[in-house]
Amino acid sequence: MTISLQSTPVATQPNWLDKIGAGHILLGIALVLYPLVASDFFLTQIGGYSLIFGMLGLSLMMLAGYGGMVSLAQITVAGIAAYCIAIFGDNNSHLLGFGWPWWIAAPVAILIAAIASSLIGWISVRTEGIYTIMITLAIATATFYFAQQNYAIFNGHSGYAGIRAPAFWGVNSRDPKAFYYLCLGFSVLAYAAILYGSRSTFGLTLQAIRDNPRRMRALGFNVTAHKVFAWFLAGIIGGLGGVLLVWFNGRVSPGTIGVDAAIDVLIIAVIGGLRHPIGPFLGALVVVLMQTFAIDLVGAERFNTLIGLVFLVIVFISPDGILGLWAKFKPNFSQESLRPGR
Amino acid sequence: MAENDMASRLQGTGAYALELDGVARHFGALVALSGINMRIAAGERRAVLGSNGAGKTTLFNAVTGDFLPTAGRIRFFGEDITDLPPHERIRRGLRRTYQISQLFKGLSVLDSIFLACRGVSRRRFSLLRPRLNDVNRVQAESILHAVHLDGDRDALVATLSHGQQRQLEIALALAGAPRFILFDEPAAGLSPTERRDLVAILNGLPKHIGYVIIEHDLDVALRVSEYVSMMHNGRLFKEGTPQEIEADPEVQEIYLGGKHG
Repeated sequence: MTISLQSTPVATQPNWLDKIGAGHILLGIALVLYPLVASDFFLTQIGGYSLIFGMLGLSLMMLAGYGGMVSLAQITVAGIAAYCIAIFGDNNSHLLGFGWPWWIAAPVAILIAAIASSLIGWISVRTEGIYTIMITLAIATATFYFAQQNYAIFNGHSGYAGIRAPAFWGVNSRDPKAFYYLCLGFSVLAYAAILYGSRSTFGLTLQAIRDNPRRMRALGFNVTAHKVFAWFLAGIIGGLGGVLLVWFNGRVSPGTIGVDAAIDVLIIAVIGGLRHPIGPFLGALVVVLMQTFAIDLVGAERFNTLIGLVFLVIVFISPDGILGLWAKFKPNFSQESLRPGR
Repeated sequence: MAENDMASRLQGTGAYALELDGVARHFGALVALSGINMRIAAGERRAVLGSNGAGKTTLFNAVTGDFLPTAGRIRFFGEDITDLPPHERIRRGLRRTYQISQLFKGLSVLDSIFLACRGVSRRRFSLLRPRLNDVNRVQAESILHAVHLDGDRDALVATLSHGQQRQLEIALALAGAPRFILFDEPAAGLSPTERRDLVAILNGLPKHIGYVIIEHDLDVALRVSEYVSMMHNGRLFKEGTPQEIEADPEVQEIYLGGKHG
């Protein structure tokens, strides 16, 4: 960054903004060209999977980073969408499976997930801080056990299998390249929406509520309604992630929405950083890489220990996660550029 | 809201901005407020004096709904607002400032004031960015100017000095056509110059905007008010013009004596 500053002698405010724009463009080109160099394994198991979990982390980042509400129930919201896809679409578990086409099933699944998210929000918005974490953990755990023991809707322990990603526009999205681009497209959409929305009226109200809910009431805002709406929006992103997740796995079972998965989403968001929507995607990439390769490095029995240690080290060095590390080693990437909408 | 519906709420007392009937607030066994009866006319400027713990801020909290009173009724321009949530009272034209600044440290100065304007306006849930010529943004810019914060419009609130934060605190209360404002020690921690600015801002408010001001600094309090209410141990115990209050020996004993003695 220092070098480029020297090459452009007049470093004014717009130039600086342009540079942030250039960062996005470079990242975009790299992500679009990634399939040219990546094997199928790296394309889906690393690329697609990171993008999907990045989206789940993004839905948490929106609630926690902008709204100050740390939720452990985002995987539950995603799971609800995933189960809906299995139930409304096709599966080979011989239960339900209405056979709706994907373009009806997917939007309905996302809407149901968003409504479920609003309900979870409505239950938890009266609490703050650690109590929000506890109540969302309770909801996530309860949903997990309910799914495991209910055979009429959730098909109990085994869940649903044989769910196939759709084929459309003559492209089969089960193909690794197509599936990667599908995930990339929706991730970019969600990322851009959050980045734009952070400077919208609602984005500002959410951040103001995080900073001082009492004052927001004294300015005429119905704080509870705004928080519940934030949960609804986060539910749309979480539900979208859930739909992609079930298309990716081809199956959904209580294990998909277990407590360890809930904690994975939290770790992704915290490792990445909660101050900018790029954070959860960075966090997801690190966690997915570790989960994939830690077994090779330290063996199957200790790979969780390694993940835990990396988590500790990152949080210990930088409370702002990878975003904070970035800021530390690149002085020009100051706190300013972490402000919403930049 | 229909005209006659509004009229039925007035109960013939619409000339008052604020009416308190027997307002009380208990915190467990502690009586913070008891039997407060108060009538404040529309456009009136009233100072509330009293030593620490007299119940002044508790009175404000009861009026704005930050903490509900345990007994009594509160009417705002004739309408009973006792059971309304805080944001509904604000939308009816009530505003307040806080003794300890209650601001948004992660937002810019302009965005903070913009939200204050938007809070009593439409499109609070808009997912669009406000345009440069958005009516609430334009309002925010002019309030920014009125409280002398033009130079810091894009600064993060957390980076403002104490005096600037107090100015922003006032700016938030001026947003969106207020009808009545509660100022809770607006001069706390201000320098003499900043106090003069504050007096100018208060005296420069449009005449139809009434307010109640809690202020320990008598130089400020008596110069910006027409009438003074004295509180002691959760009760109103004396009311009068600034001159009468200043000359009252009992007041000097409790308030001035306690503070300066």
